[in-house]
Amino acid sequence: MGLDIRLPIGAMFTVFGLLLVIYGAVSDKSIYQRSLGMNVNLEWGAALLIFGVVMLLLARRSSAKSDDSEHSGNHKN
Amino acid sequence: MTLSAIDWIIMLVYFVFVLGIGFMLRRYMKTSTDFFLSGRSIPAWITGLAFLSANLGAQEVIGMAASGAKYGIATSHFYWVGAIPAMVFVGVFMMPFYYGSRARSVPEYLKLRFDEKTRGLNAISFATMTIFSSGISMYAMGLLLQTLLGWDFNFSVLVSAVIVLIYIFLGGLTSAIYNEVLQFFLIVLGFLPLVFLGLKDAGGWSGLQARLGVVATQHGFGSGAWSHSWQYMGSASSNPMGVEWFGMVMGLGFVLSFGYWCTDFLVVQRAMAANSMSAARRTPLIAAVPKMFFPFLVILPGMIAIALTYQAGGSGFTLPAKPDGSLNYDMVIPMMLGHYFPSGLLGVGLTALLASFMSGMAGNVTAFNTVWTYDIYQSYIKRGASDRHYLMMGRMATVFGIAVSVAAAYVATRFNNIMDMLQLVFAFVNAPLFATFLLGMFWKRATGHGAFLGLLSGMLAAAIHHELTLPMHAVAGVKGGWFGATHIYPSEMAQNFWTAIFAWTTCFVVTILVSLATRAREEKELVGLVYSLTERPKEERLSWYQRPAILGMIVLLMTLALNIIFW
Repeated sequence: MGLDIRLPIGAMFTVFGLLLVIYGAVSDKSIYQRSLGMNVNLEWGAALLIFGVVMLLLARRSSAKSDDSEHSGNHKN
Repeated sequence: MTLSAIDWIIMLVYFVFVLGIGFMLRRYMKTSTDFFLSGRSIPAWITGLAFLSANLGAQEVIGMAASGAKYGIATSHFYWVGAIPAMVFVGVFMMPFYYGSRARSVPEYLKLRFDEKTRGLNAISFATMTIFSSGISMYAMGLLLQTLLGWDFNFSVLVSAVIVLIYIFLGGLTSAIYNEVLQFFLIVLGFLPLVFLGLKDAGGWSGLQARLGVVATQHGFGSGAWSHSWQYMGSASSNPMGVEWFGMVMGLGFVLSFGYWCTDFLVVQRAMAANSMSAARRTPLIAAVPKMFFPFLVILPGMIAIALTYQAGGSGFTLPAKPDGSLNYDMVIPMMLGHYFPSGLLGVGLTALLASFMSGMAGNVTAFNTVWTYDIYQSYIKRGASDRHYLMMGRMATVFGIAVSVAAAYVATRFNNIMDMLQLVFAFVNAPLFATFLLGMFWKRATGHGAFLGLLSGMLAAAIHHELTLPMHAVAGVKGGWFGATHIYPSEMAQNFWTAIFAWTTCFVVTILVSLATRAREEKELVGLVYSLTERPKEERLSWYQRPAILGMIVLLMTLALNIIFW
């Protein structure tokens, strides 16, 4: 089906990751008392960002590949 | 729990993506096959994750965490015994008939294999059931958001209903499947830090085990009763579930689990959308891999919560009590989110919870609109219309289905007992179903009359068994014992498992007897529908990791290993 699901997944987690990383960097450190002293926004935000970017890259690579194969298919015809 | 701007932004971003997927898929919905079956064009990893996620409604997340607190790690039997073996079975043995027969729904398979009346019985009971399940799910969500965030019940119910309506109306099953995959990742990535923080607070796995020992001894069980899955299953009185291993393995592991995973159209529909026979067969097997690790995501938080409630950790987490003084187990996940997550991550965690509510609802709605359109509308109301007409009807059924679910949610707010009654009736309807499919697929002599009468008598047996027995400490009523309690079970769970065992056995025996007494169908009519008359799917072209039988073995071995580790 036309739309590669990894695009929206990747985009959404990239946005989530960016939001959390930025918020983690600027937010008041006292709110991290509840997460046992860990700045989970910064740390988990970075993890989400990496996940999102990897998904986007995978989607891009497979769309590049299918373009190539379409082109080579055309040449054969 | 109070939300900051960042939490609202995250929630909003999620809604934008959910609706965006619906709008982007809209232009691909040209035929009814696109709408109801995703044009049979989806790769296995996506249908696999959707197969898992369609079942991962919030009731599962909330309920499994609650059971984790109540019964400890033995709750993982619902996964390692009550799901994985059945998922392997449906992928390896049953999918060739579902996918290969080109049936568009599970009831339609029953029509091809047996007859019209068996299909009708299944289609109507299934359609009713899905609508009410979706309503119950909506009710639970509205209630939770009300207590947790102080949101208006009407607001929560209507907003979530409208969002689910829009994305299914536009993009049909594909939209539901894509959103389920999105929700899968959201739930995993949203709850993982919760498990991490909770476990850290409880002093790691060894600290958790020590605390759970206190929980167990205070309840009067052996000290490992909360942290071992099998060791205490020898007799019903030595474990908090109140079930012995035989009732658990037969009732849950065989009848209920196979009945659900192998015959429920809600999950089977995801596999039917796959782009090839081998992808359809791999769908449940791929789903089984994350499924076997889900106990660590949804049951472990419950165990952590109860452990910290009995022996406080550094951060002072405790479960809240209900008005009657007992612990409110259903609040495990929401309370832990509020306790450990700072604003920001809290938004992600709450969005994951909302996502699980909506995926549960969407799964029911897509299954309903297909069964309604193909098995009820096209079969009994309007035959032979154009494909465009049925596509339109599918969209109408989506609107209608969601409207009835919303109505059901409001009925539930007024008459809580009605919902309990309905769930009970559904349990009677579902319990015998797997016997019908097993005989239908693997015994060519089974006949339509046999299947129909077997199903009816199985349901009746379930009802009679339920009304003749009672769980301990319960009063006669919705819990059973209407005809007088001739047998007392140690727990409600034990009663449920044995109801299922009786229903299945009755259906199995009656179907065989009636089939032998009625005329068999011509063998040539059953090609592609029955195991002994169908060619095995060819697998030579597939590499080893794509072969269902090999994948199935790997999945079973991994599950066995988990059972041994947490014995």
